[in-house]
Amino acid sequence: MKIDRRCFLSLAIGAGAGIALSPLPWKLTDDLAIWTQNWQWTPVPKRGAAKTVNSVCTLCPGGCGISVRKIDDRAVKIEGMETHPVNRGGICTLGLCGLQLLYGPTRVKGPLKRVADRGKGQWMPITWDQAIREVTEKLSAIRKSGRPQSVATMSGASSATLDALLDRFGQAYGTPNTIRFPSVDDAYHLSVSLMSGGKARVAFDFEHAGYVLSFGAGLLDGWGSPVRMFKANALWKQSGVKLVQVEPRLSRTAAKADTWISIVPGSETALALAMAHVIISESLYQAEFVESCSEGMEGFKEFVAAKYTPDIAAKMTGVDAATITMLAREFAKSKRPIAVCGRGQGTIPGSMDMFMATQVLNALVGNLNQPGGVWFVTDQTMQEWPEVEPDAAAKAGLAYPRLDGAKGMVPLKRSLPNQFVQAVASGKDYPIEALLVIESNPLYTLNDTALVKQAFSKIPFIVSFSSFMDDTAAYADMILPNPVYLERMEDVIGASGFPYPTIGLSQPVVKPQCNTRHVGDVLIQLAKGLGDTMARAFAWKDFSACLEASLGDRFKTLKKSVFQVDKSYQPPAPNEIFASERFSFIPRGIQADVAFKPIAAEGDTGGYPLMLMAYDTMRLSNGYIGNPPFLTKILEDTVLKNQDCLIEINPKSAKAAGLDEGDRAEIQTPKGKALVRIHLDDGIMPGIVAIPRGLGHEAYDVYLAGKGINVNSLVGSLSDPISGFEAAWGIRAKLSKA
Amino acid sequence: MKNEQSHETTKKFGMVINLDLCTGCGSCMVACMAENNVPFKPDETDKLKSITWMRVYRLTNGKSFPETDICYLPRPCQHCEGHGGHSPCVSVCPATATDYDSQTGIVSQIYTRCFGCRYCMAACPYHARYFNWFDPVWPDGMEKYLNPNVSPRMRGVVEKCSFCYHRYQAAKDRAYVEGQREIEEGDYQTACTQACPAGAITFGDLNNPEHAVYKLKQDANAFRLLERLGTNPKVYYISSKEWVRRAADNYLPNEKTGK
Repeated sequence: MKIDRRCFLSLAIGAGAGIALSPLPWKLTDDLAIWTQNWQWTPVPKRGAAKTVNSVCTLCPGGCGISVRKIDDRAVKIEGMETHPVNRGGICTLGLCGLQLLYGPTRVKGPLKRVADRGKGQWMPITWDQAIREVTEKLSAIRKSGRPQSVATMSGASSATLDALLDRFGQAYGTPNTIRFPSVDDAYHLSVSLMSGGKARVAFDFEHAGYVLSFGAGLLDGWGSPVRMFKANALWKQSGVKLVQVEPRLSRTAAKADTWISIVPGSETALALAMAHVIISESLYQAEFVESCSEGMEGFKEFVAAKYTPDIAAKMTGVDAATITMLAREFAKSKRPIAVCGRGQGTIPGSMDMFMATQVLNALVGNLNQPGGVWFVTDQTMQEWPEVEPDAAAKAGLAYPRLDGAKGMVPLKRSLPNQFVQAVASGKDYPIEALLVIESNPLYTLNDTALVKQAFSKIPFIVSFSSFMDDTAAYADMILPNPVYLERMEDVIGASGFPYPTIGLSQPVVKPQCNTRHVGDVLIQLAKGLGDTMARAFAWKDFSACLEASLGDRFKTLKKSVFQVDKSYQPPAPNEIFASERFSFIPRGIQADVAFKPIAAEGDTGGYPLMLMAYDTMRLSNGYIGNPPFLTKILEDTVLKNQDCLIEINPKSAKAAGLDEGDRAEIQTPKGKALVRIHLDDGIMPGIVAIPRGLGHEAYDVYLAGKGINVNSLVGSLSDPISGFEAAWGIRAKLSKA
Repeated sequence: MKNEQSHETTKKFGMVINLDLCTGCGSCMVACMAENNVPFKPDETDKLKSITWMRVYRLTNGKSFPETDICYLPRPCQHCEGHGGHSPCVSVCPATATDYDSQTGIVSQIYTRCFGCRYCMAACPYHARYFNWFDPVWPDGMEKYLNPNVSPRMRGVVEKCSFCYHRYQAAKDRAYVEGQREIEEGDYQTACTQACPAGAITFGDLNNPEHAVYKLKQDANAFRLLERLGTNPKVYYISSKEWVRRAADNYLPNEKTGK
């Protein structure tokens, strides 16, 4: 039979139809789908016995309780602890990412020693014995040569006992240079000392407040204990409590506020004082409190009447006089109003004028230590350890002044990392020969990064105790990795801004994943190695024994209960707390002019027409903890695009500079310059540009390194004249097309 | 058994999200990713290729400074019922990889059945479905945190929010062990609901008058997204702001919102 064209075609079509009608193509498609979906590298999580372990999160000072779900020995999810009074089952973005920190690629797997030039990232793994021996030898040599003061510690420790242990180490070793990182809590603390006398943690009974006036505090951007603040806000919304946000930028807090007052940045104090003037001149203040518990009202009244009438303040703040008067009346006439400040998340303490002006408003309405007001809280204390007996070498070292210039001016442990860095960089007084960095990343978090790097380059021996390969660890000579918070036991006293005394004990949730040792254990081993008085001052077996010594009877119960809270706590009555000293409207010994003088931003307006401000967001961790991959993932593409940081600018200002959405531009400040992209946003005041904190890391992993720019490197450091705290809130800047 | 054959919905799980309370922090997004083994890449700034079952949108009122206002809107899968279970994605799926469960009102997604044609993505008016353009890669050691109750997906399939269906299964199992009692409202909550620090999300059975969502969905300010398409979604929103309610659908300039 001859196969002609017609026959061929009919056979082909017949075969096609036959195959199509048979199960063959469907079977093949199905097999193909199954085959392509069963790549062996798609992990299949192992099943196992499920259990939950409770602990306290120490990623921020919020002090939330967490419940970690475990499958066998793996931690698979972190959830909020239902019964914890601070977060009541809620959890923030960073807290949810904890397991990415625990199992993440940025962990330092074991002790490392630098082998090439600093910061080149070439390390040699060493044993713990060698690491501790080398550090002990170094510290011993410095101490023997009679310069113990040239050893410094920089710590952001979340644990109260570790904090005390570091102080003790300084005392016994003989160095006054124990530096910790102050926050808005310290500035509040200082304002209490200056205006009311006494020592107390300042907290806010937000849950019972009737009106909340915030001067730039990012109440819903991570201020205080973030989850608690979100819950408080929900309560305000449901019960009709008004929230007023005073800020130049439409932050998340401003967006959720009932009233957003956009204000010229740096003039918030003027607004507060003008409000105080209205309240006083219209006799809207709480006469009873002012008469029985305060002093200096007359002087203050004259001061604001002369310098801060609404008309004068209107020119400074850009808020019109009628609005100022309206705000003042509204604030004073509300039930249980609270004024609060502390820019953004409050990680930088800020200038004292704002804190004192805020406290003035709170005092005028008489809500200090009242339900729904500002509370002065005395937290539970640790048990006293035996006194340190410093030897002659230690005494000689301790006789030196602190390099940061902080003196015992106020009754609290004050330290000024910004000024410490300046002193080291300038090389004045005496040099620092060894620096121990604990739970902090000063090379990234301090303003004026270039100066910090210059200072660090002068320190011959830097030991980092970081759990992660962060910017400072990468620049260290040795890394002695600490376990992360889910692998260690630590005490947490108080929760930022929370009005009840709390104490928590962070529990080891999983076995240590890397070859790490608790920094407390290492300190004890170092002290034992240094011998004599050092060994006697650190007689504990390990950090756990030290914790037991400081917590006493509470240690065992806390191990089970994780936290204790004194919900029955009542703040002392106003006449009790001010029994010896009254609330002073103008802090004692300080001129009103000086006390309430705002800090001007660095740079001249001529050369730098714009103002650069850093802002905080819940989607970027900006402190010692680097942003975990999930958080970077949920960053908006209007903040980060590829590796570029977007700078927020009002369309009007952008137009004036000839810039449009997505344009590449160069931002320049007196401290440096960087390449950014433009993002037009109507929610920011013309003349201001904003960059988030938390980007621009040089270290860490591919999920974070090299993304965006570090705004801290563009902003210089300004010290508050009263406290010495870092007070820079922005810097003049200019933008040009790149 | 009889119930399984019926098209009658017995339960209708849904959500009410109060936009007045939502602060846009993103906890729901992270909680979802942590619960459901959602992968991540070194660069996630191309949001078209970034898998976020729950995504928080930022809406603005379009006015200039200082009248400008913003509102955050979390968007999970809307679990559309359509009419009689004909949700847009279910109707177009040639592989029966996605289905409308008449028992719970949940739109399912079976990864191993999906062959990646992405018709469902085209059909979904909410952009709630995501395609795996890449193999998921967890850095060495990080696969330890993967949740065994949710299978990690492979390259070439579509995935989306499941209302944490595995939690429903677990709740049913627990109820069975405890003597086949009905599952309570608190027994089954999605990861985002549980995590939300503002308490903005409420989850429950929209058919059950005992559940909080039943009342909340009747709020005067409650609305749904693109309601007039007839997708009949099971996620309700509440906002006291008129401009937010208007943003939820395409309205003519003079048209009023609401029913």
